[in-house]
Amino acid sequence: MTALDVVFALFASTAAAGALLAVTSRHVVHAALWLVLALGSLAGVYLVLAAEVVALVQVLVYVGAVVVLVLFALMLTRAPIGVRADLDAAPGRRRVAAVAGLATSALIGGTLLAAIGSTAEVPAGDGTASALGSATFTGWVLPFELLSVLLLAALVAAIAISRGRDADTPGLDDLAPGGTADRADPGAGSAAPAPAAAPAPATPAAPSRAVGPDGTS
Amino acid sequence: MSLLAQGVLAAENPVADFGNDNGWVVFGKALFIFVFLVLLTLLTIWGERRVVARMQSRPGPNRVGPFGLIQGLADGVKLALKEDVIPKAVDKLVFVLAPIISAITCFVAFSVIPFGPAARIPFTDIVTPLQLTDLPVAVLFVLAVAAVGVYGIVLAGWSSGSTYPLLGGLRSSAQVISYEIAMGLALISVFLYAGSMSTSSIVAAQEHGVVREIFGLDLTMPAWFAVQLPVAFVIYVIAMVGETNRAPFDLPEAEGELVGGFHTEYSSLKFALFFLAEYINMITVSAIATTLFLGGWRAPWPLSAIGGGMLNEGWWPMLWFIGKLLGFIFFFIWLRGTLPRLRYDQFMRFGWKVLIPVALVWIVAVACWRAANSATIAADGTTRIVLIAVGIALLFAIFGALITGIDRADRRDAARHETPPDEVDPFAGGFPVPPLPGQRLIRSNGIGNGRDDDARRPALAAAGEADEEVHGG
Amino acid sequence: MSPYVPILVLAAIAAAFAVFSIGAGALAGPKRYNRAKLDAYECGIEPTPQAAGGGRFPIKYYLVAMLFIVFDIESVFLIPFAVAFDRLGLFALIEMVLFIATVFVAYAYVWRRGGLEWD
Repeated sequence: MTALDVVFALFASTAAAGALLAVTSRHVVHAALWLVLALGSLAGVYLVLAAEVVALVQVLVYVGAVVVLVLFALMLTRAPIGVRADLDAAPGRRRVAAVAGLATSALIGGTLLAAIGSTAEVPAGDGTASALGSATFTGWVLPFELLSVLLLAALVAAIAISRGRDADTPGLDDLAPGGTADRADPGAGSAAPAPAAAPAPATPAAPSRAVGPDGTS
Repeated sequence: MSLLAQGVLAAENPVADFGNDNGWVVFGKALFIFVFLVLLTLLTIWGERRVVARMQSRPGPNRVGPFGLIQGLADGVKLALKEDVIPKAVDKLVFVLAPIISAITCFVAFSVIPFGPAARIPFTDIVTPLQLTDLPVAVLFVLAVAAVGVYGIVLAGWSSGSTYPLLGGLRSSAQVISYEIAMGLALISVFLYAGSMSTSSIVAAQEHGVVREIFGLDLTMPAWFAVQLPVAFVIYVIAMVGETNRAPFDLPEAEGELVGGFHTEYSSLKFALFFLAEYINMITVSAIATTLFLGGWRAPWPLSAIGGGMLNEGWWPMLWFIGKLLGFIFFFIWLRGTLPRLRYDQFMRFGWKVLIPVALVWIVAVACWRAANSATIAADGTTRIVLIAVGIALLFAIFGALITGIDRADRRDAARHETPPDEVDPFAGGFPVPPLPGQRLIRSNGIGNGRDDDARRPALAAAGEADEEVHGG
Repeated sequence: MSPYVPILVLAAIAAAFAVFSIGAGALAGPKRYNRAKLDAYECGIEPTPQAAGGGRFPIKYYLVAMLFIVFDIESVFLIPFAVAFDRLGLFALIEMVLFIATVFVAYAYVWRRGGLEWD
């Protein structure tokens, strides 16, 4: 067991603990902060595995942007300080989440089980920016170009959420809480749990619409 | 593969060699950076107050110590002796955590800044680079640290449990993330030219001028990236002012609207930490600008020729580095003494509609230009000419769009300010509105001031129900 | 020695300084209890009962954060592109121009829909 192994174990267990606390915390903003801890420790894991660029990108994008978006969304809707009792999702959504979580765990766990016994060196030089650049722009052309389409879809969805469907339809900020119940898009049927959450009068508008009219977000 | 990987590594890795550093050297350098930043902050606060005072024809602080030099320290001691109020609505843990996050991130970002090349530590035999550490991804590291620093602002605003800090924190973080994009994009053309993100390599890349053959003439391009990549430099300088929330982009502290912004509820040394972080961030972005665009610690041109580069060795470079750094800090202070604060909509419009698109188009233009001058990419003459043409067309597109954009904005402003009516009833809308220059007041607050009733009649009729309140008041 | 160790040393010094300052501030300052002092500061008027719960914030901030993520991801891909540029060749340049152009379409859409206007 080398010093790197110890550091790796430290980061990994911090990430796991942070993730657990994020889903069990009854305080939305604290949950977001635990998420920061989990994602930040994951960056540490990447760093130990000699993927410097990926580690810093993890910090830049996930810690610096995604959770900031989450915090903004929280402040837009439910900024009050204190514990909220109504944080649990509807049973249907919880079941879907549990299935998705178990499936992911099985996938990753299976990969790990298959890897037991085989030893591999952490290859030096694979994590540098130019190695990544060479790989992205030669072997991974299609995913890279598809990503730009995904980003386009994300922005279109963000506009759809924030502006309403037409320029003259009032945006979310003009709607009263619960006002989205009758505006719920039939196209959101693909994401089954969304209508279940929408009618609750205490739920502000954004979470129910966050699934997006075209299911892209 | 391994050969290729080594070749790649060699190009991208830091130039500086930290092989001789032992634990004491590292600790000493870290302590030096810490002390340097704290002292420079005190000096900057003093300098800012003196310079702004001079620009406004008043003396500024001149009582504590010679020329008021110790004023910053005195203010710090005063803050330490003030009551540390923790209001009852706050989320205590996060409230205390926020200034700590701000303080740590602002110091850490400085660890990859080179103060100079390898030099011998006095009274020892140890030769070490005048830089705490360097990474192949150093500049990306600085950007990542800045991204984490946003949490200090967001969390301070939220955890205060008070309206103004929450608004200020939200505004401030939206501002920082908006200008962070422009900043990152401005740096990309530097990476393109230097072929590395390590700060010491980027400084090394600015050592020699590049000889370029342009239309048959051999021209030596100056080595500083500020000269080679002027648009990126300008974008970076604007973005760094926005990123650090300094005038004219200091909207989070617009005291007329938001009191103190995100740190309204903070007092005593917690407030001092935010204050310190703001100034250290200012120093950090200036140091990045120096390193990436102004040749870092290298002596400026006429000096660099003296004695066969003697002034680029030993401890001299630290002088040039600090000199350039102080130049940027003076620029910050100058801006503050000169420009009025922007409105929030103007600020966001400028960031999203001008800086970011210009930065993106600039990157493509630079990439085309670079490709055209590379023997491996543009092998035949036609490709080369096409690439140069595209690059130049994009540059023209930038300037064309900027000029028409400014023109259109001017016309829109002109249309908005067209023909204000000659007379104005200050209470017509239900709340008092000051008259525009040249407008005549046709009605006063309740008590008549000699104006006859006939002149008041139409205004009263037009004002509708709002009038009742006016009469009541 | 890993190049990250010196960063940790500097971070430790900064953290020690921050924690010491906060502790010293709490110890050195006077403590005079006053109910009004512990209220949220709102220029002397009665504080809003629930700071942000009642009045929600403009949805524009959400859009800014979303735009930020999109452009952040774009610049994250531009970085390895820029560093490896001299070894990549013309094809990579064309790929990158396509990528930037696609994101630019999204950007133009946001602009057209007024997503960049603050009023």
